[in-house]
Order: sequence, then C-alpha cells, then structure tokens
Amino acid sequence: MEFKEKFVEKILLLIAFSSITILALIAFFIFGEGIPLIWKIGPKSFLLGERWVPSQGSFGILPMIVGSFWVTFGALLLGIPLGLACAIFLCEWTPPSIGMILRSAIQVLAGIPSVIYGFWGLVVLVPLVRNFLGGPGLSILSGSLVLSIMILPTIISISEDSLKALPPSYKAGSLALGATHWQTIWRVLIPAARSGIVASIILGMGRALGETMAMIMILGNAVKMPSSFLDSARTLTTNIGIEMGYASGEHRQALFATGVILFFIIMILNSLAIILSRRRVS
Amino acid sequence: MKIRQTRYLTQMVAKILIWIAAFFTMAVMALIIFQVLSEGLPVLSPGFFLETPRSMGREGGILSPIIGTIALTVVAIIVATPLGIGTAIFLWEYTREGRISRIIRFGIGCLAGVPSIIFGLFGFVFFVIYLNMGWSILSGGLALAAMILPTVICTTEEALKAIPYSFREVSYSLGGTKWQTVTRAVLPNALPGIFTGIILGICRSIEETAVVILTAGSSLIIPTSLFSPVRTMSVHFYILAREGISMEMAYGTGATLIILVLLVNTIANWLLNRYIRHRA
Amino acid sequence: MFKENKITIKDFSFYYQSIQALRDISLDIRPQEIFVIFGPARSGKTTLLKSLNRLTDLIFGTTHTGTIFLDGLDIYDPKISLTHLRRRVGMVFDLPTPLPLSIFDNVAYGPKLKGTIQKRRLNEIVEKALRSAVLWEEVKDRLHASALRLSGGQQQRLCIARILALEPEVLLLDEPCSGLDPISTASIEETLNQLKKEYTIILIPHNVQQASRVADRAAFFLNGELIEEGPVYKMFTRPRDKRTEDYVTGKFG
Repeated sequence: MEFKEKFVEKILLLIAFSSITILALIAFFIFGEGIPLIWKIGPKSFLLGERWVPSQGSFGILPMIVGSFWVTFGALLLGIPLGLACAIFLCEWTPPSIGMILRSAIQVLAGIPSVIYGFWGLVVLVPLVRNFLGGPGLSILSGSLVLSIMILPTIISISEDSLKALPPSYKAGSLALGATHWQTIWRVLIPAARSGIVASIILGMGRALGETMAMIMILGNAVKMPSSFLDSARTLTTNIGIEMGYASGEHRQALFATGVILFFIIMILNSLAIILSRRRVS
Repeated sequence: MKIRQTRYLTQMVAKILIWIAAFFTMAVMALIIFQVLSEGLPVLSPGFFLETPRSMGREGGILSPIIGTIALTVVAIIVATPLGIGTAIFLWEYTREGRISRIIRFGIGCLAGVPSIIFGLFGFVFFVIYLNMGWSILSGGLALAAMILPTVICTTEEALKAIPYSFREVSYSLGGTKWQTVTRAVLPNALPGIFTGIILGICRSIEETAVVILTAGSSLIIPTSLFSPVRTMSVHFYILAREGISMEMAYGTGATLIILVLLVNTIANWLLNRYIRHRA
Repeated sequence: MFKENKITIKDFSFYYQSIQALRDISLDIRPQEIFVIFGPARSGKTTLLKSLNRLTDLIFGTTHTGTIFLDGLDIYDPKISLTHLRRRVGMVFDLPTPLPLSIFDNVAYGPKLKGTIQKRRLNEIVEKALRSAVLWEEVKDRLHASALRLSGGQQQRLCIARILALEPEVLLLDEPCSGLDPISTASIEETLNQLKKEYTIILIPHNVQQASRVADRAAFFLNGELIEEGPVYKMFTRPRDKRTEDYVTGKFG
C-alpha cells in the first residue's frame, strides 16, 4: 500500500511537470529556429530595419512592430472606456434582468471564433471605412475597431471582478459623506480597484497583440511603415501567419525570429499583469 | 447649490454614457451574430453537412471539415484531460504550498499567455518536422492539447477547491490513504466542475485556426488515419473568406460555427447551473 | 481487577506552528469506559482527540513532544501504519458529515477502503454496524436512499455506524450532539451506553450536564492544561481544584 501511494505521487509529479516541459520545449524550439537568424543579421538591423523583402534577404521587422502597437493602441483606445463603462454598469447600475442579458452577451462574445470577427470586419467594417473615410478600407482603423470588440470580454470580466471585490464599506462610507453615486464610482471605487483594472487592460493588450487570423483578414498586409490609421499594415502575428505557408530556409527562420520577439513582448506583459494582480490581493 | 447641480449633472451625463456603452456592446454582438446567421442559415441543409467540398469548396458541403474538427478536438481532449486533471490533483491535494508548486503554477501561467500563432509555430517545428509526424490530425491535436491544458488545469483545480474539507477528513479518519481519498471522496463530487473545463477546452479547439493551419494542413479529403492532414471548419471558413472562393459557402460555414459555439456554451452553462444547485 | 490501560498519554505537548495548544498532558484511559474530556472552548480538547488518531498530521506545520501509547505501542512510531491506526481509533465529528452517497455506501465506505468487496460480507458488516449504532430499524427499508435525507440525529448515528463498520477499539467523539435536539441527544447517549460494553469511548461533551450523565471518568482541561481528572461523581461533587469547581458550578465557561 505504502509503495503504491509513493508511486502514485511520483507519477502525479511527473504529470504536473508537463506544463513546464511544454513551455520549455516551446522556448527551446522557437528560439532554436529564430535566434540564429537574429544573430546572423544583427539584432539592430532586425528590430529596427524597415525593409522586409525575404527574396532579397532583407529582414527588418520595424514596420510590423509599429503596426502591432498601432493596432493594439487603437483597440485599447476604444476598448478601455467601453469595457470600463460596461464593468461599472454591471457592478453598479444594472437592473438584474438587463445585467443577466449583458453578461450572457459578453460570454457569447468571448466564445465567438476570431475568424468570424475577422470575417464580419471584412464584409461590414472595411467597406464602411473605405466609403466614408477613404483609403483601401483594409486598414489599421478597421483592425483596431474589431480588435477592441474582441478584447472587451477580458477587460469587462476582470474589471468587474476587481470592483466587486472591494469592501462594501468603501461605497457606504463615500455615500455617507454626501458624494453622489457617480462621484463615488469615479473618485473612490475605480482608484481602489486600480490594480485589478490595470491588470485587465494589460491582459487585453496581450490578447490584442497575439491576435492573428482576424488581423490577417482585415489589416491589408502592406509591408511598409504605416503613417496613418487608414493605411494597411502588418503586425508581428500577421507577418508570421501570412508567410509561414510558403516560407523556407532563411525566410522561415526569420518568421520564427519574429515569433521570438512576439514571445518576449507578451511574456513581459503577462508578468506585469501577474505582479499587479498579486499586489491587488495583498 | 450651483456645485450640487453640477455634481448631479455630471452623474446624469455619466449614467447616460454608460447605458449607451452597455447597449452598444449588446448591439454589436447582436449585429455580428445576426449578420452571419442571416446570410448563412439559408445555406444550411442536410446536404451541406453530409457532402464533401468540391472544386475547392465552391460547391458541395463541409463534411470533411466537420470530421476534421471532431477528430482534432477528440485528440486534444484525450491528451489534455488526464494531464490537466493529474496536474490539478497534484497541485491541490499533494503540495499546495512549497517551491515545486510555485514553479509549476508559474509554468501554467506562462503557458496560458502564449499566443496561438506561437503554438502554431511550435507545433510545426516540433510535431510536423522534428518528430516527423507531418501535417496530420496527430500533430494538430497535440498542439491543441498543449494550448488548452492551462484551461483544464485551472477549472479542475477550482472544482477540487470547492469540495469541502470535511469530505477528505472523513475519508482519512476512516482509514483512507491519500489516493483513496482523492479518488473516492473528492473526484466523484468534482466531476461536474471538471466537465465544465473539458467543455471549455472543446470550445477553444473548435474555434482555433492559426494552430491548426500550421500543424494539420488544409486538405479537403476525408482523413483516413491519425496521420492524415485535415481541415477544420474554422480553417475552411478562413480560406473560403480570404481567398474569396465562395461567400455563400463561407457564410454557411460561419453560421455552423456560431451555432456550434452557442450550443456548447449553453450546455456548459446548463451543466454549471445544475452543479451549483446540486451543491447548494 | 487490574486492567491494562487502553491508552496512555505521557507528557504530551502539541504545537500549531509556534502556538502551544497542549501542555505536558499525562492521562490514562481504561478499556471499556466512557472517558469525558471537558472544559471551556479553546482548551485543546479537540486537538488532543485528533492527536489520538493522528488526524492532526493532516494539518500543516504541527509538531509535538511526548508520547501516546495505544495498547503499549507508540502511535507516533514511524513504523506504524496510519490507516491501520485510524481504523482502530475511529472518530465522529461535531457536525454530522455524511458523504453524498446512499446510507449503505456511507457505512460500507470504510470496509471498501480496506479491500472488502464481497457483497454478502458487506451486507453483514453494514447491518451489524447499523444495529450497534441503533439506526438499523429506522433505515433498514431504505438503505439505498441518500444519506443526506436523514435527520440530524440519524446522520450522526450514521457517522457512528460508519466507524463501527471497521470494528475499531476506541471511539473518539467530538461534541457529537451539538446541533441536535434533546430527543436525538438522548438516543445518542443511550447508544453510547450500549457501545461502551465493547468499545473504549472518549467523548468531548456538549455541556457539563452531558458529562455528568454519561461519563465514567472525566478530565478537566483549561487553556491546554490538564487541571484535574478522576471518577465523574467526584469531579462534580468534590473537585480538588478551585478552577474545576468554578467551571462545574457555572462561574465561567
């Protein structure tokens, strides 16, 4: 019996290490393919190079980095106020029936495949942008708009949780001092839930940066430095997604290298989010 | 009094804006789903589900993508479930605190944050190339399993946490060993929660596209073995839409996807509600 | 009549991390008696009880000094099998804790853990245990109904039956009647009186009156210390220590 128990524990330990193993494998193989190329060209010319012409051996990903950040920034610009507003709504001002509908809506939104969002953006938003604002329609603006909807569930649910976790005395105390409901929310509750809300934004940012399929369908994929919101562009993710199908040799390695950069950026963001949420708990 | 008026004015403005925001969100969701369903539902027919795609998907149905989706999801679940449940049991019943637990949790947290395209790259270089499995159901299923593993672990652990300590105490006091206690007193009662996690994993597998394209290929032929390349519905949808092959077929596939996701979501919620009511 | 002590506790101290819960307890428990450990809350009574079958091992960061002997064997000896110990020394908790199974499966849980799987044997064990716990007549027609449907008193007797199914030698009961109505309490106390013919029973009573009703011998605990022990009538009529007298007469508690 004793032996069996020890045996079971050892097996479970091994199983539990599967996550770490997978993570290590991912890092090992992706870095293994990508780092040699970055080393060969030189990190500076890889990260800051503006020309991406694989057939000529030019592998500069600055346009993609800029594209990624523009699209994400735009998504956050719209997503944060909208998401916060919905979180406040769910927490403070909703009659229970509407609240339930909104919550189910958010859950469904979270479950819709990203390709469907991309598709909708392609057939509805892109023509709209093209007709009303000019440009090819396949643009950073369209991408940001769709992306903001996609990150809404993340921002809303985590912000709502942070607001709900606040001690009720905060609200009661503020109202007792004569503040209006809105003043209480704006000046007391939101600052108090600050770290949770920021964590939700960072996670939303991570989600936005990692989105691939919808962005391929909407962004237009022009490989040049974007200069306005109406320009087509590429992100780090779409760069990989579009060309991986036919890349080989150095070209393929360059795509893995793009993946390395993406990996780093998102790991940093996620660590930030974890640190912040730990501060919230303590 | 002027200050008071401004305060209440601000509140009213804020309230209106927030209500608008909330309804905007609901409207957008309705719009998206309505758009795809209204164009897509007319396309659906028994033939649509039972025929394979012909001429690159312009005609016929979506049988092979359906089979592909099912095959990949099944492989992913078969691999991820024991690994996920085992990890959760180890973390909650065997260690709790301690350095090992922290390392493992860190790994799970990181894994959860990796974007899908990276899983695609990893699946490609590791399963397709290095392990020489080629573009296949096996490669795709294993890559998907890696992706949904954190989800299964977290929901299982929550389910284990919800079991009251007294169950375990009773089992130990009756002479149970740790493993007996886990398998007889804890797990049977945690099953509904665990099942919810599995369903969440199924949802993610169905909708995942980037990983699948890079690991399972995009063949339209009905697969014959675990090593056959295969296409899933979301991949099919993506290719149809992006290559402009057939808007009609795309809408049909999209509608199928949405209905499937809504269905699975509803089942999961219904299960969760039964579970909560059963506990209370 | 000289009887070997069933349990001997010698200079036993117990610590939750750095907090000392029990101080140098030395106590003898004789076989086939009802021994009561009473005192105000937070006196270490439950801690002592849970130490007797090493349920305290489940809690993180606990340490102890001193020894506890069961039939002359040190229960903290590393060679001792925990599962074996817990089957010899069974415990009933203060809140009835039926597992979400049928009545039959609850009682059969322990024997199944031990490896008994023959249906006929299990039926015999379950019936015998339920009879000893004075529950058989009330449930014999619905053995496969959920145990959660029983009343509080019945559930508690079910918990007793669960332990009896393992044929232990010692029964530990931690305020088994808290939360039960007077009729259920009376039935449990009556059951205990029957059980003491075969088992050694250590009981933490719900109140002082219960102690005086059921016990043969008793020990008074205060703040982790053993203040006084002896035959129950003596404890309640002519206590040696003033603190015992104060507690027993209700001056504090």
